[in-house]
Amino acid sequence: MTDFVINSIGRRVPLNVPGVGSFEPYAGAFQKAGPSRAAGAPVHPRSPQRTKSKVAESLEQAIKRSGLEDGMTISFHHHLRNGDAVIPMVLEALQAMGFRGLTFAPSSIPDAHDCVADYIMRGLIGRLYTSGVRGKLGTLVSSGEAGIPVVIRSHGGRARAIEEGQIAIDVAFLAAPACDAMGNVSGSSGPSACGSLGYAMTDAMFAKHVIAITDNLVDYPVGRNISIPQHKVDQIVAVPSLGNPKKIATGAARITRNPVDLKIAKDTFRLMKASGAIAPGFSFQMGVGGASLAVSAYLEEYMKGKGIVGSFGLGGISGHMSRMLEQGLFKSLFDVQSFDSAVTDSVRNNPNHVEIDSSWYANPFNAGCLAHSLDCVILAALDVDVNFNVNVLTGNDGALRGASGGHCDAAAGAALSIVVLPSFRGGVCSIKDSVSNVTTPGETVDAIVTERGILINPLRKDLIERAISAKLPIVDINELKDKVERLTGKPEPPDVDEGDVVAVVEYRDGTLIDSVCRVKK
Amino acid sequence: MKKHAGTENRPCRSMLYIPGDSPGMIQHSPAFGADSILLDLEDAIAPSEKDAARKMVSTFLDSFDFGSLIVTVRVNPADSEYFENDLKEIVPRTPDAVRLPKCNEISDVRAADCLIAEIENDNGIPVGTVKLHAMLETALGIENAFSIAKASPRVAALTIGGQDLTADMGVQKTLEGWELFYARSRVVMAARASGVSAFDTVWTDINDIEGLAKESKQIAELGFTGKAAIHPGQIETIHEAFRPSPKELARAQRVVREAEIALHSGKGVVSVAGRMVDAPVIARAEHLIALSRLYDYEEDGGGLA
Repeated sequence: MTDFVINSIGRRVPLNVPGVGSFEPYAGAFQKAGPSRAAGAPVHPRSPQRTKSKVAESLEQAIKRSGLEDGMTISFHHHLRNGDAVIPMVLEALQAMGFRGLTFAPSSIPDAHDCVADYIMRGLIGRLYTSGVRGKLGTLVSSGEAGIPVVIRSHGGRARAIEEGQIAIDVAFLAAPACDAMGNVSGSSGPSACGSLGYAMTDAMFAKHVIAITDNLVDYPVGRNISIPQHKVDQIVAVPSLGNPKKIATGAARITRNPVDLKIAKDTFRLMKASGAIAPGFSFQMGVGGASLAVSAYLEEYMKGKGIVGSFGLGGISGHMSRMLEQGLFKSLFDVQSFDSAVTDSVRNNPNHVEIDSSWYANPFNAGCLAHSLDCVILAALDVDVNFNVNVLTGNDGALRGASGGHCDAAAGAALSIVVLPSFRGGVCSIKDSVSNVTTPGETVDAIVTERGILINPLRKDLIERAISAKLPIVDINELKDKVERLTGKPEPPDVDEGDVVAVVEYRDGTLIDSVCRVKK
Repeated sequence: MKKHAGTENRPCRSMLYIPGDSPGMIQHSPAFGADSILLDLEDAIAPSEKDAARKMVSTFLDSFDFGSLIVTVRVNPADSEYFENDLKEIVPRTPDAVRLPKCNEISDVRAADCLIAEIENDNGIPVGTVKLHAMLETALGIENAFSIAKASPRVAALTIGGQDLTADMGVQKTLEGWELFYARSRVVMAARASGVSAFDTVWTDINDIEGLAKESKQIAELGFTGKAAIHPGQIETIHEAFRPSPKELARAQRVVREAEIALHSGKGVVSVAGRMVDAPVIARAEHLIALSRLYDYEEDGGGLA
C-alpha cells in the first residue's frame, strides 16, 4: 500500500510509485534545490578506429547491436508531429523481436499514435514517461486498465530528469530528416524536414546508445545546421520514409477570426503593454492557439510602430515568430521545437534562429535556462481554478487528454505569465473551484485573460495597480466564476476514484504536484 | 422580459448584427464592447429557420443577462408572413427596440406602431416601451424620411440600409460612397429635425479595416450617431470614428463649466471666450463629454478583423 501525502497546494500525491521509485511532494515552485551533481553522460565505448559508415543493415540489426534488453528505457521525440512514422515503426519491430516491459520515454506522443495504447496492452511497454497523454492512450490510462506506472513530466522537467539520471535512456531512437553516414543529423532539410530537433538533442547527449533513423542519407558531411553531431550517434538506419510529409510540415497557423479569441488577444496585449514588459530587449514566448497567435499579431504591429527591438523569442516557434525575426523585431529565436513548415526555412537560413536543447530551454536546475530569462509568456489552458492553478492535462470528465509541454516551465520562468482562455467552453465554465488536475501552480500564474475580463493573481499587487491605471477591465476571479456559472450552470466534478492513481504529474523540479485518478465508468 | 441595466440615454455608436439563430454569438455578445446589438430575424436567417431563430431570440430575451447592452431585434418586413409572429413573440419580451425593415411611408410605421401597442396592451406593458427603429432602404423611404421619423413617438431612430438602397437606385456601392451621400444627408437631417438618432449602414468588407475607418469618420462628421457592424472586429474602428478630438473635448469642458457658472450666478447668457453660446451648443458639449468617458479603455483603435 502506497503512502499518500497532501502537498503544499492541497493535492494528494503518493510518496512512492511502485516500479518507479520514491518521490517528494511539491512544496512550492522554487522550494526544491537542485542536485549538487548531475548524473554523468554515458560514454560510448569504442576503440579508436577509422570508420566511414555507421549505417546498419536494418532496424532489427541496429536494435540487436544496441544491446537493448527487456525492461530497459527507450526514447523518442515528437518533432515530426502527427506525420511521425518512426515511433510506430520502431515499436512494431521491438514487438516482433519479442521485447517485454520496456520503459517508453518519448518527449511527447503525437495525437495520432493510438498504437502506443496497443503496445501497453501487449506488454511491450511496461512503464510510460511522457509529456502528453491523449486519444486512445489517454482513455486507456485513465480507465486504469493500462496497469503500468505513468509519470508525466514537463519539457524542462524531462531534461532535468535525464540529467539527474531518473530517466536513464538506454537506447534513443532519433528521427533524422537529414543524416550523413557518420551520423551528423540535421532537422531542417530533406523530405521530412521539421526544423529544430531540440528534444532529440538532449536524448542524444545522455543516452547510452543512439540510433538515428533517416529517409535522407546524404553525402558526408551533412553541411551546416547540424542539430546532433556524429560523436553522439552510434548507428544509422536508412528507411524509405519517416512519415507523412503533409502532416510533418503543417502550414503556418492563420490568425484566428474567432471574435472571442480576438477579444482575449486584444486584452492580453493591453495587459502586456500596461505591465511595462514590451520594451527594448523584450523576450517572449507564446503558443499557437487562436488567442496566443493573435496576441503576437498585435505585438508585431505595436513593436513595428514604436521601433521596439526585442531580445529573443523562445519555445515552440511558430511561423509568425520567425517572420518577426525576419523583420528584425527580435534579435534571436531560440527554438526547441518548430511548429510549422514556415519555421523550417528560418532554421535553415537565418543564423539568428538557434536550435536549442530542452535543458537550455527549460531545465530548472542548470546554470540558467532561457525560460528563466523570459519577460512574458502567453499560455493556453484546459481550465483554471480560483487559486489560479492551471490544468492542461485532464478534461472535464477527469480523463487524460492533454500534454504538460513547457507550460509550468515557462510560467515559472517568465516575469509575466498570462494564461488565455475563454470563460466557458462546450457549455462548461472554465473557472473551477478546484481543477481536476494541477499542471502549473497558481503562484506562477500572474494573470488569466478571458473574453469577459482580466483576472489578476492577488499576489501581483504591482500588476493590479498598473492594470487599474490603464483602465483595463479587471474582474475578481470568484465573481467571474459566479457570473459564468449563472449562464452555464455549475459543473459536476469528474467522477474519479481517489484511491486509484493511474498517473503521477511531476512538477519541473521532480516533486509530485498532482496525481491523476482513475475515471469511473 | 429583457433584463435591463439602464440603457436609456446611453450613446449608441455601434450596433453589432448577430444572426438570431446563432446562440454561440449571442451568448458572447456582451463581451465584444459594442454599445448595442441587433438580433437579426430577417436577412441573416433562411426561410426554413425563421421559427427557430424567433424562438432562440425569445429564449435569450427571457433569460440572458445582456448587461448594459442596448438590445434591438430586427424583425421581418411587414409584407412578409413572419412579421406578425415576430412582433407577437418579441415585443412582450421588451427589447429596447425593434428594427423595422423597408419603411417606405408613414403608413408602414403607423401599422407596426398599432400592432406593437396592441401587444404591449395585451401584455400589461406601458405603451411605447419598445422603441421602433425605422430602416430606410428604398428611394421612396429616403424621400419620406422626415415624415417617417415623425410618424409616431415610438420611432427612436432612422437607419439607412445601404445595400438594398443602392440596388433600388440602380447603382453600385462604391468605396467612396458618393452614391449614398444625398441619402445619408437626408436621413441625418430628418433625424435631427425630429429629434431621433441616425444610424448608418454596414461596411461589408470585414478585411478592409482602413476603408471602414474612413467611412465611419465620414458618417460621424456628417452627423450620424452610430453605425452598424457585421463583425465584432469592426466595433473598435467604428467607436474610434466617434471619439471627440482633444481640442473638441477641451472646448466642450469649457462650455459646460461656463454654463454651470452662469446657472449658479443667475446669468441668462453663457459666453465662452467672449462669444455667446446657446442651448444646443451646451447640449452638444455635454454629449461630447459623456461620449469621451467611453474611450478610457479603448485607446488602441483599429483591430484585426
